[in-house]
Amino acid sequence: MPELRIINGRVYDPANDVDGEVATISIRDGRIVESVSDSARTIDAHGMVVMAGGVDIHCHIAGPKVNLARKLQPEDHRLDVQPGTDVMRSGTGGVVPSTFTTGYRYATMGYTTAMEAAVPPIFARHVLEELADTPVIDKGFYVLLGNNVFLYQLLKEGRKKDFRDAIAWWLNAVKGYTVKLVNPGSDELWKRRRENISDINQKVDHFDLTPLQVIRSFIEAVDELGFPHPPHIHCNNLGHSGNFDTTLQTMKAAEGRRVHIAHIQFHSYGGEAGTNPKSAAHQIIDYINANPNVTADVGQVMFGKAITMTADAPLAWMLRGFKKGKWVNADTECESGCGIIPFAYQEHVFTHALQWAIGLELFLLSEDPWRLVLSTDHPNGGSFLQYPRLIKLLMDSGFRREEIKRLNQKAVATTSLASIEREYTMREIAIITRAGPARALGLANKGHLGVGADADVTIYTEDADREKMFNSPRYVIKDGTVVVDNHEFKVSHDGRLLHIAPGYDDAIEDALRPFFDDYYTIRFDNYAIQDDFLHAHEVIPTRNGQAGEDKKD
Amino acid sequence: MSDTETRQDNEGDIKIVKNATCTFCGCVCDDMDLTVDLKQKRITKAKNACVLGRAWFAEHTIEDRPAALIDGREASVEEAVEEAARILMEARFPITYGLSDSTCEAQRVAVAISDLVKGGVDTTTSVCHGPSGIAFQGVGETTSTLGEVKNRADLVIYWGGNPAESHPRHFTRYAVTPKGMYIPNGKKDRTVVLVDVRKTPSAPVSDIFIQVKPGRDFELLWTIRALVNGKKITADVEELTGVSRETLDDLVTRMKNCSYGVLFFGMGLTMTRGRHFNSGAVLALAADLNQFAPFVAKPVRGHGNVTGADNVVSWQTGYPFGVNFNRGFPRFNPGEFTTVDVLARGEADAALVIATDPASNFPKKAIETLRRIPVISLDTKQTETSRLARVAFTVATYGINTGGTVYRMDDVPITLRPAFESPYPTDEEILSAIRDKVLALRRQRPAAAAEKPAAP
Repeated sequence: MPELRIINGRVYDPANDVDGEVATISIRDGRIVESVSDSARTIDAHGMVVMAGGVDIHCHIAGPKVNLARKLQPEDHRLDVQPGTDVMRSGTGGVVPSTFTTGYRYATMGYTTAMEAAVPPIFARHVLEELADTPVIDKGFYVLLGNNVFLYQLLKEGRKKDFRDAIAWWLNAVKGYTVKLVNPGSDELWKRRRENISDINQKVDHFDLTPLQVIRSFIEAVDELGFPHPPHIHCNNLGHSGNFDTTLQTMKAAEGRRVHIAHIQFHSYGGEAGTNPKSAAHQIIDYINANPNVTADVGQVMFGKAITMTADAPLAWMLRGFKKGKWVNADTECESGCGIIPFAYQEHVFTHALQWAIGLELFLLSEDPWRLVLSTDHPNGGSFLQYPRLIKLLMDSGFRREEIKRLNQKAVATTSLASIEREYTMREIAIITRAGPARALGLANKGHLGVGADADVTIYTEDADREKMFNSPRYVIKDGTVVVDNHEFKVSHDGRLLHIAPGYDDAIEDALRPFFDDYYTIRFDNYAIQDDFLHAHEVIPTRNGQAGEDKKD
Repeated sequence: MSDTETRQDNEGDIKIVKNATCTFCGCVCDDMDLTVDLKQKRITKAKNACVLGRAWFAEHTIEDRPAALIDGREASVEEAVEEAARILMEARFPITYGLSDSTCEAQRVAVAISDLVKGGVDTTTSVCHGPSGIAFQGVGETTSTLGEVKNRADLVIYWGGNPAESHPRHFTRYAVTPKGMYIPNGKKDRTVVLVDVRKTPSAPVSDIFIQVKPGRDFELLWTIRALVNGKKITADVEELTGVSRETLDDLVTRMKNCSYGVLFFGMGLTMTRGRHFNSGAVLALAADLNQFAPFVAKPVRGHGNVTGADNVVSWQTGYPFGVNFNRGFPRFNPGEFTTVDVLARGEADAALVIATDPASNFPKKAIETLRRIPVISLDTKQTETSRLARVAFTVATYGINTGGTVYRMDDVPITLRPAFESPYPTDEEILSAIRDKVLALRRQRPAAAAEKPAAP
């Protein structure tokens, strides 16, 4: 692979304490190296900002629910097309782009890694096929286990070791990255009588477990298994007034162990259930600031079109009640639920304006950028294509003030947003968009530009308009290949699947097999996915020293 | 996994393949135990298979036919690939059609070819559950995997379908007889309802048979939906639909009071008067019922991987079928870009037909166009389409000779375990070779000719 040298750029590499100094970045064989030969291609990045490629810690880009959402909205595709070129497949955009378009659009925005956040394990093959058709970026996915009937039975019977082994088996079987919990306990109520969990301490029907017990068990087990990323939790009561208390209880359940709370904006509401929400951003962010074991992504809402797609089926049912429009529900045997509702966030709507303000409060009150990651929960809070605009809102208080004027003023007045003058620095943006998420994910070779890191590099032309700047990087380098060259998409590239391969006691298969025979409709022996099904992939080592394997192609 | 892997006996000519997958219909049962005679290259026994599956496995033997024909004359695969690529590149509006009896791996390449040559891509969905896909776009869908039906459904309704003859194991493996988590006694714990225009062989399986007047499905569905939502209905419902008010009230009561209800619907709804209105009425009714009880609806899909085709075309283009790339990006318009229509209007000037036989089942006008234009066919057997094709490939049978992935009718992806090797290449291999040749031809073309004139 040809060598590459980037000179004269102002480098923001917070993981290596480089803060805007002019430095040279050298690349060989897809990695950052000390130096390269004189014959290396040189990119003169004078007047430009150099960062590692962006890392999206939470998005929905592949798999059954994403594809249902794609199919659901032909009207959203026809106005936003992606013509094919000699190096690009054609496709369609909108809030749920086709797979190829998703990869290109992440790349042309300077993001080179993205994690699909919710996969029912029985559908993992589908997810892997879509990810193989999602070019340029590296990607992994989180495995929905928080409503898994087999695991609930083990917990009910107090079989902690089997529980741990079964989690490890599942991650291995489907090539996932970590455990995802979504509204734990709710599926059984939803599938039996279309109800939801309202209290994190209520018993889940005959399982004799509470959501809090489930959450605690997963956090403990994953801690013992040493996954590079802890359980990724979508808390109970998403969207409901007064849910911040549930969120606090969830975080406290970790008792100092690592935990990641997804799209925490949607879980930071005060007020009484059934009445208008209030901001509880202060209570939530104060807890996060004080507890270094917790990471979170914000799940900012951005005005305009979105689509709610979630494993939290009762939530989608609740949202359906508002407009009685298109609604998708999909129950998955023994594993998960799913709901989809097309949505639009509007400035004049009290709740939407409040959600927007709460998200920004969380960002602006956060004291440790390493632990509060930028996300819109794409496409739930808005498309990932809105990230540059969100960055501008964080970096430019004048722009933020102007935007606030356009909102429902009653909503804004109930928050502290208007009184916060803070502006994010370039270093802080580099943290919340790449260095922080990479560290939270345990991706040692991502999110930074130190020697040995993956050569995923984004070069932006410095511009006072931060939205414009972050919207269109001048160069994007993936694994050392210059994919975007002087603003032009020059050559495509196939990214890798990132997954873990934790060890487990084979004996767990003897317990799983009869359960599959009784309650699944596919054979146990056809469930696990073999390595030869994967496109290029990389095993990320677990924390207790299980070695990762080399990259394979 | 000792008892599930492929086993060979001492002589090495009899092989047992456990947990193989039958790709004959959309049930995609993955519990076949196949006995394979490796010398004769045939499956001699398919344990657990239904009558259709047994025939599927028994009949796919290796026939002595050329791997490729050009204009009916034997040719090498390389020559045929070259000719196919040339046809597709020279055409102004080449179309790709079929795909429902092929693996997702092959389908992905087929869509890529259509994209590269700026043609059209369409699947057999457009002549079966296409209207359900259109209804989905307007209404959404409340659905489930078949395991939820097995574990929870105590009310199972079939409407406009005859699974006893089309999907025999739909009853026995998934929806009627199996015991499930909350259905400890199997069929005894379920009420089965069949709605159809005539008493089919599926009727004896049902507890309640409701005979609807032909062409009145929409009216009946809409009436039920009105009753579910507490609306008044007119007195002429029986005259209109053939179903009495008492029967309807009983059905609505059962629907609202079940523990978990499912409505499976077939082509009796999608390919009769009303089409996507019928499917839309089913989906809207099922959605409304969730006010009272968990309720789902699911089209009963025919071909082994038609569901995979819907998924692949959707994730690559944003649309499920009837996609056109003439302008260099995907557009969707059923009725305009669907294959029957494109052929009947005589617009397509080349066709790549994969694993289906439009020349034997399309309308006459569409077949006339197929006879006139260069056709490239991929099939395991000789068909009317392969006989009229300019280039005809003989390919291996998916699931019998090839691995790969197929999607069951409930979108669950399932892996294939090949039973024995075929001397013929797979769809994926042929299509990949055509794609690579198309790419090579694209690179060779002069810059001025880069943009083909758009088709009408």
